[in-house]
Amino acid sequence: MDFSLTEEQTMFRDMFRSFAQKEIAKVAEHTDKEQCVPPELTKKAAEQGMLGALVPDTFGGAALDPVSYALMLEEIGRACMSTAVVIAHHTSQATQAILDFGTDVQKEQFLPLLASGEAVGAFALTEPDAGSDIKAVTTQAVRNGGEYVLDGVKTWVGNAGIAGLLVVFAVTDPKANGRGISAFVIERDTPGLKVGHREPTLGLRGATYHTVYLDKVHVPEANRLGGEGDGWKIAHNCLDHLRVALGAAALGLAQSALDAGRSFAVERKQFGVPIATKQAIGDYFAETVVEIESLRHTIEYAAWLIEQKKSFGTEASIVSVLAARTARNATNRMLQVHGGYGFSAEYSITRLYRDARALEIMAGTAQIQRVLLARDVFENTGVKVAP
Amino acid sequence: MDFDLKPEHRALQKSIREFMQEEVKPLVKQIDRDSRVPDELLKKAGAAGLFGIPFSQKYGGMGAGEIGYCILMEEMGRVDASTTAIIGAHTGIGVMTLYLDGTEELKQRYLPDLCSGKKIAAFALTEANAGSDAASIRMKATREGDSYMLDGEKMWITNGPIADVLSVLAITDASLGARGGATCFAVESNWEGFTAGKREEKMGLHGSPTAALKFDNVRVPQENVIGKVGLGFVTMMKTLDIGRVSLGAATLGGAEVSLESALQWAKARHQFGRNLANMQSLQFMIADMASEIEALRSLVYRTAWLVDNGRPHTKEAGMCKLLGSEIASRCIDRALQIHGALGLTRDGQIERGWRDSRINEIFEGTNEIQRIVIASELFQEIGVRIRP
Repeated sequence: MDFSLTEEQTMFRDMFRSFAQKEIAKVAEHTDKEQCVPPELTKKAAEQGMLGALVPDTFGGAALDPVSYALMLEEIGRACMSTAVVIAHHTSQATQAILDFGTDVQKEQFLPLLASGEAVGAFALTEPDAGSDIKAVTTQAVRNGGEYVLDGVKTWVGNAGIAGLLVVFAVTDPKANGRGISAFVIERDTPGLKVGHREPTLGLRGATYHTVYLDKVHVPEANRLGGEGDGWKIAHNCLDHLRVALGAAALGLAQSALDAGRSFAVERKQFGVPIATKQAIGDYFAETVVEIESLRHTIEYAAWLIEQKKSFGTEASIVSVLAARTARNATNRMLQVHGGYGFSAEYSITRLYRDARALEIMAGTAQIQRVLLARDVFENTGVKVAP
Repeated sequence: MDFDLKPEHRALQKSIREFMQEEVKPLVKQIDRDSRVPDELLKKAGAAGLFGIPFSQKYGGMGAGEIGYCILMEEMGRVDASTTAIIGAHTGIGVMTLYLDGTEELKQRYLPDLCSGKKIAAFALTEANAGSDAASIRMKATREGDSYMLDGEKMWITNGPIADVLSVLAITDASLGARGGATCFAVESNWEGFTAGKREEKMGLHGSPTAALKFDNVRVPQENVIGKVGLGFVTMMKTLDIGRVSLGAATLGGAEVSLESALQWAKARHQFGRNLANMQSLQFMIADMASEIEALRSLVYRTAWLVDNGRPHTKEAGMCKLLGSEIASRCIDRALQIHGALGLTRDGQIERGWRDSRINEIFEGTNEIQRIVIASELFQEIGVRIRP
């Protein structure tokens, strides 16, 4: 066992931290208010290799190992959760799908665009009646010679507002009872693809979530990822990756709540002493570090499993549950530490508190994670756990 | 034992419910978006008698007592937290200070207009360095002839920017500090030297105006002392006790609608071939919400009954505020979870409810202070004095 970071990972982390604190943290408030990550920031992040984090260097990426990628998202999440979530959707969903399931030709065609930030990636899976229940997808992809024609509506498509490439899931075999789903890479300006209503959200206001309409969108067969019917596998694989990525970002979010709470508790005096000296306040910090450190090691373990090419689905769900809990508890407790100031939009803690709330819903609700975990627990007992 | 509301309280509940449905509900989204409760709406609420529910009819109130006031807060809390905060801060703490300890002359002078909603009240205790530690206030009141000159600043004052009359705590004898040297005053906002700062931007309760207040040598005639000179802290703490009961009632209303919307969505939304109502994890959330709401309802109305019957209620009032705020937060949070992504969008009511709810755990004494109050009452009963 070795819990230390390699020299290279340490160097990466320091580099990410310095960039995140210098460039991202200072515009975090602006990103939330203006409801978009400034394009100049996305450009700078791309120059740092942050949009091509997992892409091999032959395609212009930074070729980070999974632990370094987790460290990157942690540092970005610590500076601005919206920015971290945009990069997580881009990397762990859209890019990951092509990395894991793309042909050499597809990789050559799409990865350089994604790695350079020329095209931001989006992932269109959810539909009005297919949220936790992925098999309920109804968007159709009808084969027509060497191409498919896609029709349907996707909701809550992360990054849709800024995307150049979308990975879209549609039914190619309606008779396969939910298993006949396939994945396609579609360029944003393909005729028939329309980005519609933007969801005004409680938190993560810098990230864009849109409804996407597909009206007779012609997609060449060459743009299908994997085989027909591989959609289910691709979606699950990318969701597992996203859970770990969001977990890493949530770790940064929790850490930044702790940082803000700590500064406030040291400066704020009541009853003649800094409130940090009060036992009840101290308890809030103690509970928070217990959760933060548990989360940190769980994420590092999940990232290590990914690096070892071992299965990590169970750990991804554990990270998801633990990360949402940790970030929500940390921001909630630290808001309480701020007292009335915690409710004022002038302090960052209200933003962090709003940002944390989505974590129990994104990439599979906390309830679905529990179903998945229970299913894993009962595996090999002859009992099949279903939602 | 009798758990039924009296006929007059039942009638009051019905008329408030109608008012909230007809007049307030259609404006809720606008209030949050524009960060303002329309004056017109407050006028209508005044005309409907909603600004003087607990106070004696002798002063223009409705004479419905604390139970009647809790009915108002529960019904309002069901519909709009911002309007609730305005009328709650006005009635439960702003006017209540005058009502509990004001001289007959002060009550005659101010209460009729305050009860009719022609004038709005606020309660000004908190300062930059005196939040949970309310006894650390610095604002000075210096005697000058028949008047006191008030000098200093208050912070986070609900209704601060719209109040006509404010109950203000200031130090009249620095050598004694807040306990024994603080006095409560009725101050009119149009008196020279008073200014309200800009409205704070907050995470929720957007329609409830909150501001810092500046008192630059405001001359207050001695007749405007509320209660006894030097005992202002006692007046304010007594007032907050009552405010906490009604805040518990407002959180009860909020929790109830969270449960109702969760039930409706769980019925309507289908995943995995059945509605969410058939998912056991969600059933448990619903059962927990309902259980907590029942417990809260009993606690709130029993405590209001203690108040109306002149019995001690400090400990129970703290419990109303503590449990109520935490139950309301848990209920809206569970309702949001049941709504899934829909709960995160600002197009719906859940997201607003979630933002609005959080402050209940902080204002009118943080929940940490409530726990200290409750513990200190308990230890006092066995002869132990604790310090925060």
